[in-house]
Amino acid sequence: MDQQVKFYQTGTFTVGNRLLSPEQRTVQASIERSNSLNSGHRACQGCGEALGARYAIDAAMRATSKQLIAANATGCLEVFSTPYPESSWQLPWIHSLFGNAAAVGTGIAAALKVKAQKSGRVQSDVRVIAQGGDGGTTDIGFGCLSGMFERNDDVLYICYDNEAYMNTGVQRSSATPPAARTATTMAVGEQPGADFGKGKNVPRIAMAHEIPYVATATVADLHDLEAKVEHAMSIRGARYLHILVPCPLGWGSASHDTIRLARLARETGIFPVFEAEHGEVTRVTKIRHRVPVEEYLRPQRRFAHLFGAKGHPEMLARIQADADKNIRRYHLLDEESAA
Amino acid sequence: MTMHKPFAITLDPGSSLANKTGSWRTERPVYVDRLPPCNGQCPAGEDIQGWLFHAESGNYEAAWRHLTRDNPFPAIMGRVCYHTCEGVCNRGKIDAPVGINSVERFLGDEALKNRWRFEWPQVESGRHVLIVGAGPSGMSAAYHLRRLGHAVTVMDAGAAMGGMMRFGIPKYRLPRDVLDAEMQRIVEMGVTVKLGTKVDDIARTMKDGGFAAAFLAVGAHIARRAFIPAKDSARILDAVQVLRSMEGEAPPMLGRRVVVYGGGNTAIDVARTAKRLGATEAVIVYRRTREKMPAHDFEVEEALEEGVQVKWLSTIKESSGGWLTIERMELDDKGNPQPTGKFETLEADSVVLALGQDVDLSLLDGVPGLRMDDGVVQVDPTTMMTGYPGLFAGGDMVPAERNVTVAVGHGKKAARHIDAWLRGVQLATPPKHPTATFERLNPWYYTDAPKTVRPQLDLARRTSSFDEVQGGLTEDNALFEARRCLSCGNCFECDNCYGVCPDNAVVKLGPGNRFAFNYDYCKGCGVCVAECPCGAIEMVPEDV
Repeated sequence: MDQQVKFYQTGTFTVGNRLLSPEQRTVQASIERSNSLNSGHRACQGCGEALGARYAIDAAMRATSKQLIAANATGCLEVFSTPYPESSWQLPWIHSLFGNAAAVGTGIAAALKVKAQKSGRVQSDVRVIAQGGDGGTTDIGFGCLSGMFERNDDVLYICYDNEAYMNTGVQRSSATPPAARTATTMAVGEQPGADFGKGKNVPRIAMAHEIPYVATATVADLHDLEAKVEHAMSIRGARYLHILVPCPLGWGSASHDTIRLARLARETGIFPVFEAEHGEVTRVTKIRHRVPVEEYLRPQRRFAHLFGAKGHPEMLARIQADADKNIRRYHLLDEESAA
Repeated sequence: MTMHKPFAITLDPGSSLANKTGSWRTERPVYVDRLPPCNGQCPAGEDIQGWLFHAESGNYEAAWRHLTRDNPFPAIMGRVCYHTCEGVCNRGKIDAPVGINSVERFLGDEALKNRWRFEWPQVESGRHVLIVGAGPSGMSAAYHLRRLGHAVTVMDAGAAMGGMMRFGIPKYRLPRDVLDAEMQRIVEMGVTVKLGTKVDDIARTMKDGGFAAAFLAVGAHIARRAFIPAKDSARILDAVQVLRSMEGEAPPMLGRRVVVYGGGNTAIDVARTAKRLGATEAVIVYRRTREKMPAHDFEVEEALEEGVQVKWLSTIKESSGGWLTIERMELDDKGNPQPTGKFETLEADSVVLALGQDVDLSLLDGVPGLRMDDGVVQVDPTTMMTGYPGLFAGGDMVPAERNVTVAVGHGKKAARHIDAWLRGVQLATPPKHPTATFERLNPWYYTDAPKTVRPQLDLARRTSSFDEVQGGLTEDNALFEARRCLSCGNCFECDNCYGVCPDNAVVKLGPGNRFAFNYDYCKGCGVCVAECPCGAIEMVPEDV
């Protein structure tokens, strides 16, 4: 590869980098970051969702000069951040029901628009984010979300996907991956864990609404995540950001492995990272060092039944095939390394 | 307080900051500094990772000043050091080791170009230390003692400073202007150097000159000989003689066919020198195999590239009428060469013996308490002091590997202990940090970048001239190379810990000040440890 720029040691892989100019560093590298989700929250050790929420909201706070309101679905994020009467949130924040975060966001956006127009402006400077976990997004809040999309309401909806209902004791959601053990998909029988062929891919469903912007991200690539939030806040209309946030409790992984697992989800092809505008994929994040899915699955006890003497190599092969399909579908490998 | 609350609200809003989640913790992260493998390996005790840190941001003068805290000769080091640091560099497990030696040379050359100088000591101690020998060890000690405020006089029998760096290392490896400049810079700190002054009796010289302590570093200048039966006046020389005469007016007369006897770096130097003097054949005769050769492999490789030939498993039996009788050897079970009784002949205009060197220890005659073994002076390896109080020694004259870098390290160590001894205290050396092993790094975060290779003089030119073989790096390349450093075991402020903490429990203290943990909220998840690229954080159990 031609070295067009000077080599910067860790480049943009790390959160900051003293060799980069300050504007090339992340929001999270700054002493002035908002810490929108403040210390003292009750998330588990190594919580990916707490991290993802701070990353996203801090970036949105900077992009909007702190003119931001958040509506939150029921779920871990709501429960661990705001046990009445305390809250960790450092911005106007509202929780209503499990399934209506998108609708609450829509309502706030509508109210702000009316206020703006009454004061003689076309649109409000105050922006709205609606957010929830995968349960509140892909299952319970899905009708409200689809409505928000089809009306093209001026809301950024962020789904923090930890792939099950973790707050209530790890029950399966429609974002739970095949073969994963949850309280409702036990690791028993011929096909232990969650079924293959079930569940839904909400980023692709969002794209089918042809909304202005859809993107996926993980907590392992901060520069990428922040750039997507910033871009989303530069657009008016319905936008959707789907962030993979590993859950040590529900996944049965070590608390220190949260970022490593998010990284492996991308590097295996299991979780494709891309952007789409008006229904078309416009950019994908390429895999840097491709690894087999086993490397991602093994550190997670929810997949423990796939391994060992009584393991399920055929299920492992199906998961690998799904990852390979993602790699083909989104062109996740550079051409030369694709062979 | 309860007067104006909305319907069904009974409590005032609170902040989660009231909830000190630090109480959940069973292990706590702590910042550590680990010893980078390069630093641990460096015989001169350089803080390599430390000076690369400055070079990475393009602050070459700060890098040079940091480097010269330990070693005053970067331009020389960058040419003659065998850079064992690179052999242990963790980057080697990712792509190729950092070109530490080439960056060191770049910094040394920058210093010469910009005429950076060492500062005079702030205060004079009023003590006077004698150094015998103006080689790498002696001049290193002179530098460090001077920095500590002592008056220093260096005496050397030779006509110029440098010792074996001048009389043992060929010009194509160490140009003399570089050597002169780095020696002169020590003199400019106020060190007195008396050349052409042989010290015959150390006790008397010290007493006469009023020296409070002395450091001896006279080197090993006496060539070992081997008896080769010669039927006529065969031309048999030794390596010390040949390399020394290269510094004089007339180069040595070696003839067209030169045979060098021995397998060390000196043998290689002589063979390559012979080539440059016009020998059509330069043949090294060595009694073991290439794998067993003490010479460094890259030097053997460079010599072979230049057309030097080597006869492995061979010894010289006799010399007669311009012909040598060579006996083939073979290795026995223990790997020792044994004669086979098979002979061959080899034409030779001259034979140069490169069989090792001994130390002239006569200046120590009559000094009580000294112990000599294997032709060298025994010293306390932690202080470099001989059995006679106040008399220290280093370099080739003490038991150690013989090379420039080791000698420079001896000089530094001795200087610090001489200083302590003069002040009547024991020098407390803090225990070394544990090594920053590769397993403790998170290599994901480092950008992929192979090593920048220094240009080499093209082959034709380098065998016919004494021009320097290794070129230097350009500024761009040096910066690139410096930035390949992984900063093993030492925080380089990448902000990862600050960014990846789910609990905002890492406090950023600003440039140069690193970070601190806020244990009120740290839950002990260990993400910061796992995602620290350089392994500068570790988890320690809490007392529970």
